[in-house]
Amino acid sequence: MPEYRWPEMSKRKVMGKRLNRLDGVEKASGRAKYSSDLNKPGMLHGATLVCPYAHARVKSIDTSAAEKHPGVTGVHVVSPAGTEIQWAHWEVAFVAAETELAARDALKKIKVEYEVLPHVVHEKDLNKVQSRAKAAGEQIEGDPDQALKEAAVVSEGFYGIPVLEHSCLEPHGNVVSWTPDNKVELNPTTQAVTSIRGDMARAVNVPVANVHVHQDHIGGGFGSKFQPDRWGVAAAHLSKAAGGRPVKIFLDRQIEQVIAGCRPSAFARIKLAANKEGKITLWESQSWATGGFTGGGSPPIPYVYTRIPNQRKNHSAVSTNTAPIRAWRAPNHPQASYLTCAAMDDLAAKMKMDPLELFLKNVDLTARADTYERQLKKAAEMAEWKKLWHPRGDSGRGPLKRGLGIGVCTWGGAGHDSTARCNIHPDGTVEVELGSQDLGTGTRTVIAQVAAESLGLRVNDIRVKIGDTNYPPSGTSGGSTTVGGVSSSTRKATLNALEKLFEEVAPALGAPATELEAVDGKIQVKGNPAKSLDWKAACAKLGVKTISETGQNIPRDAPKEGLNTGGVGGVQIADVTVDVETGIVKMNRIVAVQDCGTVINPKTAESQIYGAIIMSICGALMEERVLDAVTGRMLNNEMEFYKLAGIKDVGEILVHLEIDEINDKRGVIGLGEPPAIGGIAAIANAVANAIGVRVPIVPMTPMNVLNTLSGRMS
Amino acid sequence: MQPFEYASPKTLKEALALLGGGWSDAAVLAGGTDLISLMKDEVMSPKRVVNIKEIAELKGISKTAAGIRIGALATVDEVLSNPLIRASFPALTEAARGVASPQIRNMGTFGGDLCQRPRCWYFRAGFGLIPRHEGKDLVAEGDNRYHAIFGNGPARFVSASSFGPALVALGAKIKLASPSGTREVDAEKFFLAPSSSDVREVDLKPNEILTEVIVPATAAKNATYEVRQKDALDWPLATASVALTMKGSTVASARVVLGHVAPTPWVSAEAAKAIEGKAVTAETAEAAGKAAVAAARPLSMNAYKVQIAAAAVKRALMAAAGVKA
Ligand SMILES: Cc1cc2nc3c(=O)[nH]c(=O)nc-3n(C[C@H](O)[C@H](O)[C@H](O)COP(=O)(O)OP(=O)(O)OC[C@H]3O[C@@H](n4cnc5c(N)ncnc54)[C@H](O)[C@@H]3O)c2cc1C
Ligand code: SF4
Repeated sequence: MPEYRWPEMSKRKVMGKRLNRLDGVEKASGRAKYSSDLNKPGMLHGATLVCPYAHARVKSIDTSAAEKHPGVTGVHVVSPAGTEIQWAHWEVAFVAAETELAARDALKKIKVEYEVLPHVVHEKDLNKVQSRAKAAGEQIEGDPDQALKEAAVVSEGFYGIPVLEHSCLEPHGNVVSWTPDNKVELNPTTQAVTSIRGDMARAVNVPVANVHVHQDHIGGGFGSKFQPDRWGVAAAHLSKAAGGRPVKIFLDRQIEQVIAGCRPSAFARIKLAANKEGKITLWESQSWATGGFTGGGSPPIPYVYTRIPNQRKNHSAVSTNTAPIRAWRAPNHPQASYLTCAAMDDLAAKMKMDPLELFLKNVDLTARADTYERQLKKAAEMAEWKKLWHPRGDSGRGPLKRGLGIGVCTWGGAGHDSTARCNIHPDGTVEVELGSQDLGTGTRTVIAQVAAESLGLRVNDIRVKIGDTNYPPSGTSGGSTTVGGVSSSTRKATLNALEKLFEEVAPALGAPATELEAVDGKIQVKGNPAKSLDWKAACAKLGVKTISETGQNIPRDAPKEGLNTGGVGGVQIADVTVDVETGIVKMNRIVAVQDCGTVINPKTAESQIYGAIIMSICGALMEERVLDAVTGRMLNNEMEFYKLAGIKDVGEILVHLEIDEINDKRGVIGLGEPPAIGGIAAIANAVANAIGVRVPIVPMTPMNVLNTLSGRMS
Repeated sequence: MQPFEYASPKTLKEALALLGGGWSDAAVLAGGTDLISLMKDEVMSPKRVVNIKEIAELKGISKTAAGIRIGALATVDEVLSNPLIRASFPALTEAARGVASPQIRNMGTFGGDLCQRPRCWYFRAGFGLIPRHEGKDLVAEGDNRYHAIFGNGPARFVSASSFGPALVALGAKIKLASPSGTREVDAEKFFLAPSSSDVREVDLKPNEILTEVIVPATAAKNATYEVRQKDALDWPLATASVALTMKGSTVASARVVLGHVAPTPWVSAEAAKAIEGKAVTAETAEAAGKAAVAAARPLSMNAYKVQIAAAAVKRALMAAAGVKA
């Protein structure tokens, strides 16, 4: 068996290089085709009818006029009479037609009679939604009452963070055909090329082997794109009804923003206590959140500082008439980080202590004391904490106030189950095939880098083929598990294939296969470039054969193989300026110090962090689902008042990835989620530092900032 | 979007003949940055769309005896980059600078900006200009964070045009053409607070085209200050445009007009009075800002806009007078 371990850092030739994404030009030039760009021969267009009410019962539905509408090939009802609808924009029926216009016109001819029922959409005030709240029950650790008695300082606060929408630029949807031979061809937009195949097969009740999935690119998922969804299954049925013609259904932005993914809110009243030195002794929290009608969404608090000796917690899940949550880049962690770090920052302010000192003093309450201590210090240095930090509110005259704040994170990120196949052809072509997907993070690029490294080739010598169920199964891209999974499986598959190639070439080089190595485009006797064959010549020895070998990353075995692992910490420090006359918060800088393992491509790794921080800035300052109390509908289900940061809103982003020999020994660790966690906390604390009071509710819009400053925040 | 008939006339006369007596008969298409969204959302579904972009006489920005003429088809970007405007009417240049993004400034026209429909989220969701649902006043009972803080209702949306307040401050005249002739309206009178959802928010008839705007030459020092959260593609929370006629270093007379605080640009006589007869300093400007909002009547969620409007007035006055903060 080949030695799979990563080559030593100093010996790597392709891994560790700051390469551009292989598909960058294709995407930037618009040549990259997303499933939503597809226009297949004979393709029909779908349209989606949704319910305008947040809570209603379908009394009757009549599709006869729609069915007769010219160009319509079928109407598929998913909410028949009797269905109790629990949120606005719930899907009622889908139409397929020859043109988009015909499909949309036909929608208007579907007659639905609703019995409108009372709704609850807002959860901020727990007292008002008691009937919808389900408490998990009190959880106690240590002796909170005693700790409270003995405390030198007690700080209490209320904190809240709203529901956010995934807002994928490529909306959810797919092109599906279900042909008379009972085969299903699916072009989804998904984070789960391999598993969506089985999910679709089950949903339409055909054998898995009859389903083929293909996707080249995905325009954003963030955790919301794993399932075929109602629209995917409906498209399949509509295709079948139309004799197998492909049916395209992608959601309109207005629907996408409401039902295709959101993350839970989190609200909490938190009490923290400490002794004179600032050692935290007590955490008490009453928290609540909505995850939509089906509930869910409980932030893991206290976060990172989990070992606070005395704790009393109770969390309530509030069921509202809103669309259900989906996983979102580090589910529940940004909320937990915000609740915890804001409460700690307020405790420091109450003690007139530098929060950096408080975060440092309590690192023994974390599972990675050394990591956080090192990172807090490094981040403070990069953010010029000594020079720029000042006691809370002490920010000088004039309307512009500057402040600094800290947020922390932790995440797993070990590789998922993944199988790769490496084909070496007699002409020297190398293919690496995986049923994986590139979420835009650079997955294709790192696969090529690993393969090139293992085979002694250049990145351009490798053809990476992903996004198709004809390739071996690979895990879903969630939980930052992709890079660990695909790099390990690629490493194994390529080395397994190379071993076979060595066997074929050994006679020609007059040395046993075990004595060969692949270096700089050659197969040579170890350490002896004089006895070598260049890659093409070596592959020519295959005759008519193609080597085709697989390699699998099995999560259970991964840690002992050393190829990938999980478990990281990170610290971010934000530097903001707040205009106290207008309430506008401007980002000066965010510093991110991020723990990592083996980094295959520092450029794409850093990009993950940039993206994560931009996402955090949006969440901290502008993003928010706005619901209308009267109609129960979302008011900003577009991209105009559902605000996201533009390039000038993000300020400077300084990233420090802790790439070194020691961390490298841990193997590859996913980095998609950890940097998306601490930013909101850091920005919130920076704002408090700047203006002297806590803005309890995120996002820190001019409204929330000015309401706080003027005492209007209840 | 509903199907429509499309016409692209070359002359104003032809264009006017293609318009109808009711709003659903025809719509004027200029840059389309607003109209197309409205049609896609079926807030407007005109039977005919009349493209006016081919009409040469509606284009351009030029100096005239009276002042500066801005053709309806001048793009927002042309206004932004025009040196004549920049020299005399920085209030307009600054208003143009904040509009949306380079793409929209390149497509969107001056006339289209003045005639664009409100961004009120209830209006855009099809509930009308004075949105009600099952007997309830949606704005009053719903989320009114971006709505009006001035005016007596029933309209509570805010006038969307950034140019509106500047034109009102500068005393501009808006010229309109119809098949029966032309008329001229003071900018201040052009914007209306409708009393029902069937009435337009500007003094424009279905068969009229806004042809040009005349901004009279003035020695008044003028400026616009806008408060918006995001740097691009965002709407102001409040703005102020001011025009100050100076006598030495004191303000002889002032026009102070607030934007995005009412269904029309909001002329504040109180703020003008507060600054007249005084030199502009941080203190007098702040006092004028306070005076400007003294009569504000915020809704349940938008008291914060009162503060922002006061800050906008203060900063616009200081910018006009060249006083550093
Ligand atoms: C994200 C975003 C942010 C924006 N921010 C701002 C902002 O801060 N400030 C601001 O002022 N604007 C803002 N805008 C609006 C933008 O300036 C307008 O959409 C644009 O100016 C409209 O011009 P147009 O030529 O594209 O108009 P069109 O879309 O062609 O027309 C708009 C309306 O005016 C009518 N119309 C157009 N021209 C005439 C005419 N000559 N005579 C009669 N009727 C006419 C049309 O029938 C239609 O009803 C923003 C837009 C977006 C999308
Ligand atoms: S906003 Fe950007 S992506 Fe959307 S149409 Fe304009 S340029 Fe294209």
